[in-house]
Amino acid sequence: MSAAHAFLQRLGERADDEPTWVAARRQAGAARFEALGFPTKRDEAWKYTDVRRIAEGEFTLADDAELDEARFAALGMPLDAHRLVFVDGVFSADLSDLTDLPDGVSVEPLTTAMRTNHEAIGGAIGRLAGVDFSPFTALNVALSEEGAVVRIGQGVVVEKPIYVVFASRANESARMSHPRVLVMAGARSQSTVIEHYAGEAGAANFTNVVSEVMLERGAIVDHYKLQEASSEDLHVASIHVEQGRDSRFTSFNLNLGGALVRTDLVTDLNAQGAETNYNGLFFVQGRQHVDNHTLVNHNAPNTFSNENYKGILNDRARGVFNGKVIVKRDSQQIEAYQNNANLLLSDRAEIDTKPELEIYADDVKCSHGATTGQLDEEAVFALRTRGIDEQMARGLLTLAFAGEVMDQVRLPVITERVERAVAGKLPERFNLADLVEVSDALEEA
Amino acid sequence: MASQEMEELVQREYTQGFVTDIESDTVPPGLDENTIAFISNKKGEPEWMLEWRLEAYRQWLTMTTPSWAHLDYPPIDYQAISYYSAPKKQEDKPQSLDEVDPKLLETYEKLGIPLHERAALAGVAVDAVFDSVSVTTTFKEKLAEAGVIFCSISEAIREYPELVRQYLGSVVPQGDNYFAALNSAVFTDGSFVYVPEGVECPMELSTYFRINAANTGQFERTLIVCDKRAQVSYLEGCTAPQRDENQLHAAVVELVALEDANIKYSTVQNWYPGDEDGKGGIYNFVTKRGDCRGDRSKISWTQVETGSAITWKYPSCMLRGKDSVGEFYSVAVTNGRQQADTGTKMIHIGEGTRSTIISKGIAAGRSDQAYRGLVKVGPRAKNARNFTQCDSLLIGDRCGAHTFPYQEIGNSSATVEHEATTSKIGEDQLFYCQSRGISEEDAVNMIVNGFCKDVFQELPMEFAVEAEALLNVTLEGAVG
Repeated sequence: MSAAHAFLQRLGERADDEPTWVAARRQAGAARFEALGFPTKRDEAWKYTDVRRIAEGEFTLADDAELDEARFAALGMPLDAHRLVFVDGVFSADLSDLTDLPDGVSVEPLTTAMRTNHEAIGGAIGRLAGVDFSPFTALNVALSEEGAVVRIGQGVVVEKPIYVVFASRANESARMSHPRVLVMAGARSQSTVIEHYAGEAGAANFTNVVSEVMLERGAIVDHYKLQEASSEDLHVASIHVEQGRDSRFTSFNLNLGGALVRTDLVTDLNAQGAETNYNGLFFVQGRQHVDNHTLVNHNAPNTFSNENYKGILNDRARGVFNGKVIVKRDSQQIEAYQNNANLLLSDRAEIDTKPELEIYADDVKCSHGATTGQLDEEAVFALRTRGIDEQMARGLLTLAFAGEVMDQVRLPVITERVERAVAGKLPERFNLADLVEVSDALEEA
Repeated sequence: MASQEMEELVQREYTQGFVTDIESDTVPPGLDENTIAFISNKKGEPEWMLEWRLEAYRQWLTMTTPSWAHLDYPPIDYQAISYYSAPKKQEDKPQSLDEVDPKLLETYEKLGIPLHERAALAGVAVDAVFDSVSVTTTFKEKLAEAGVIFCSISEAIREYPELVRQYLGSVVPQGDNYFAALNSAVFTDGSFVYVPEGVECPMELSTYFRINAANTGQFERTLIVCDKRAQVSYLEGCTAPQRDENQLHAAVVELVALEDANIKYSTVQNWYPGDEDGKGGIYNFVTKRGDCRGDRSKISWTQVETGSAITWKYPSCMLRGKDSVGEFYSVAVTNGRQQADTGTKMIHIGEGTRSTIISKGIAAGRSDQAYRGLVKVGPRAKNARNFTQCDSLLIGDRCGAHTFPYQEIGNSSATVEHEATTSKIGEDQLFYCQSRGISEEDAVNMIVNGFCKDVFQELPMEFAVEAEALLNVTLEGAVG
């Protein structure tokens, strides 16, 4: 029995009380996944990422969302937000807080949304991420049960962030979940959506999420993906974005945890004036493996994209970055910038990076850059002449390296959390309090 | 089929081959062990060479055509190609320049190629016209004095079997890739250079001056070995457009640099790119690799690629010796329906290795062009350093320019930088030139030549001048 087939056995285990067209789509996903199988290193898109740990793993679907307040508090962020919580993929009404949603905004679990209006939701789901994108999206289509559906009406400005938490518990046996996230941002609306993946120490689950974000004319969406899974968790995600005229999408893809993490981020700029911004940061250590694949399709003239990904690698960790920009024929007046910088802190860490450009129009300004190196010794020296010891100097410079991405973050809770995590992971393990003091002193001087 | 049966079958065909075709001058189209035995026999090769070729052929049979390149062409029928034909007889060639395509002559005129060379390039029977024989003789004497061996690869296999056996396939093994395997099985010509220890080659070597250069063949094999502290600069190809009946060209070039050796390899490639629709152009599928085997050795590739319907070429450096250096300078120009997928690989294995990649791509018309490169830093390559810059210039809105740079970095002391830009010729630059009375076409040429300057200055003098002219010719009709 193939690994793919073993995964699909779960299909039989589920109750089937869903509309026939949903069942049919599930079957199509299953058939596609079985035909494709798990990707191997011979697939260009998976050249550097070995998914055997997933293929050979044994996972079951969770059927409860039990997680007490204390355990949840240890995972979640203290944010004043509209909150939707899933535990191992199962919706938890107790932990969620959707009390004061403004008019014109709906935030609900997928099952609820489907029950009330399966035509409206079902039609949108899968429009951007079909079964052909990758074997994992096909698997998701076959097995997905739950997820988050966010709909923002025309012209609505949502003040508080919409905070979706996917908590991964330390279970006796490994669980898997295949959540969907759907964000439909109406014309001229403005919102912030956070996907937060947090795992308890010792959790060893497999998450395979597919997100779709649709921006109508003039919509503005800030999208955060903060991934803090446990060091045993396996995480595969793809985020698909579609942008209408004059819309603006800003992505923050922040990866700190996980044993094996793969994120695909794809944006289609379909009308003039659309702008997309990709900000990425990953910090990996031990034997962590993080793979980011990004793609921007400039399908219309006068579109803009800007990408900045930074990686910090320690121990025997491995990072992969593949950024691609495609400018379609006749998409003139394009600006596309892409940058990837990596900092290697250990001789056994490895980074594989490939910034790609595919350009079929001539009136374009496109550039990309990729650098890999170590901390600037002159900068270390400069700090030491100001009485900062070497370890502290290196720590500060590493934080500053991450800072170029973190400075763009507009939610202080997230900035602080990531900086704290980065500081805590630094090889020297210096005290962050000291560090902040030094940094304040420097700012004053 | 059981391997034993297969073996028997193979053996049978093989013996037949030996008897039948020996006397004939060409083989009919098709490729089997028979053909290979015929080629080997025709070249008077020793037994081991034939074995080596057959080994390559058997590996080739198990391989499939690579499909990862950003290229589009119909599948090649390898059984429709004739793998050996004797040099053309003098009476078959055009007897004078009057019989040559006037378009070709026009191009020679623009490139400023001397009259007597035009005849040679156009394939005119040259014995009376060209004084290359005497030139070559003087060169040969000079080289012999220095101890440099420079001859055809066939001659080398006969005259210097130990050297060839030691190095052939040591950089590009027979089964390296589909086209290299094919080349290893059927190569019919090419050059061999050996520069002994401590010798600085007294002149730039060029295939152009080799006596049999007129018939380079479609499966060329070049092997250059530079012994300790030796130096050589090698020029391949020439700027004049060359016509060839053979559509598929699958060459292999191997360079070996021992301790403190220095090899500079320059190419100007201007094969026939096909007609307006891209029909009939050359497929140029080349494997070029240099091995910096010794400490402090250096290999530098410079290429100007303007011809061929399809170019698939990645001159690479294996930087094994401590502090060895690899360089790659490239200008690729595509126009019409041309396609080029080219770049380099720099594999940093030894400590303190350094590499530089400068690639300039110019796409015009309906052409497509890709830079594809790999910079790999192994865990032992302490303090390795790479700088890569690849820029693309687009002329017209029907062409494409693509960049696929791979970086695999496994050492924290390594510093690797990659930059790439894609843009078109600035309207303001053009306007500036035109406001000073420079025609649009001249202005474009000027700007393009400026764009390529970093690479042209790496070319040997004689090539650099011609390369500029060549660029202008290739881009003709791209503007306006």
